[in-house]
Amino acid sequence: MERRLFLKGSIAGGAITSAIGAGLLSVKDAMAEWPKATMKAKDLIGALGSAGKGEASDKIKLKAPEIAENGAVVPIDVDATGLEGVTNITLLVESNPSPMAASFEIAEGTAGFAATRVKMGKSGNAIAVVVAGGKTYHAQKEVKVTIGGCGG
Amino acid sequence: MAKVKVRAKEKGGMVDVKCLLSHPMETGNRKDKKTGKKIPAHFVQELIVEANGKAIVNGNINSSVSKNPYFRFKYKGAKGDTVKIIWKDNKGESDSGEGTVK
Repeated sequence: MERRLFLKGSIAGGAITSAIGAGLLSVKDAMAEWPKATMKAKDLIGALGSAGKGEASDKIKLKAPEIAENGAVVPIDVDATGLEGVTNITLLVESNPSPMAASFEIAEGTAGFAATRVKMGKSGNAIAVVVAGGKTYHAQKEVKVTIGGCGG
Repeated sequence: MAKVKVRAKEKGGMVDVKCLLSHPMETGNRKDKKTGKKIPAHFVQELIVEANGKAIVNGNINSSVSKNPYFRFKYKGAKGDTVKIIWKDNKGESDSGEGTVK
């Protein structure tokens, strides 16, 4: 998993946000480039790169429904607070045309926790890949979808 | 209408941040049922979470996140902290919302 530049190198977003507020720096410039290649990748290898999903870890608690009645809104919770030094949490929906759903860079002092809701077109694995202490780990869970979430 | 709702609660030194964005999150694959034409992609691509002006989470978001995105994060903080959520979408539109930690 490639390390993402935090606001183009600066974790202290304060200076950048004041500059944005003052109209000196557009939000578009301040934010690092959206990683189009990994976001649009059609498979896990494209989405995750050479690091892949790493070793399975029972310290990552991945909450996702066994059966999602509505594929348009599937809640996924990732609690990786059992791992030290979490720097990235990435969520993937293996059966989606582009598996990458979201990737969060976690600053120091911020818990290794992220939750959101995703669209799932059909049944498949929800995968959480976590980078902690420089190593890559994952947890996954199969979610059965009764009505696909991509609007037909 | 508020486009970004932020709720943040502190307990035992940890702040639980929940936010709800108002956004269509169109993938670009959906067809308009009346015209048969594809509805153009329009989705949040980037998310920044700040606590007291310091970025604590920086997210890259894909169109597969559900409409009206919900996110939840946790960080070491205190009551009275200001939590700010900033998002930017693929059309270059941007918005933000703030909340005080209770």
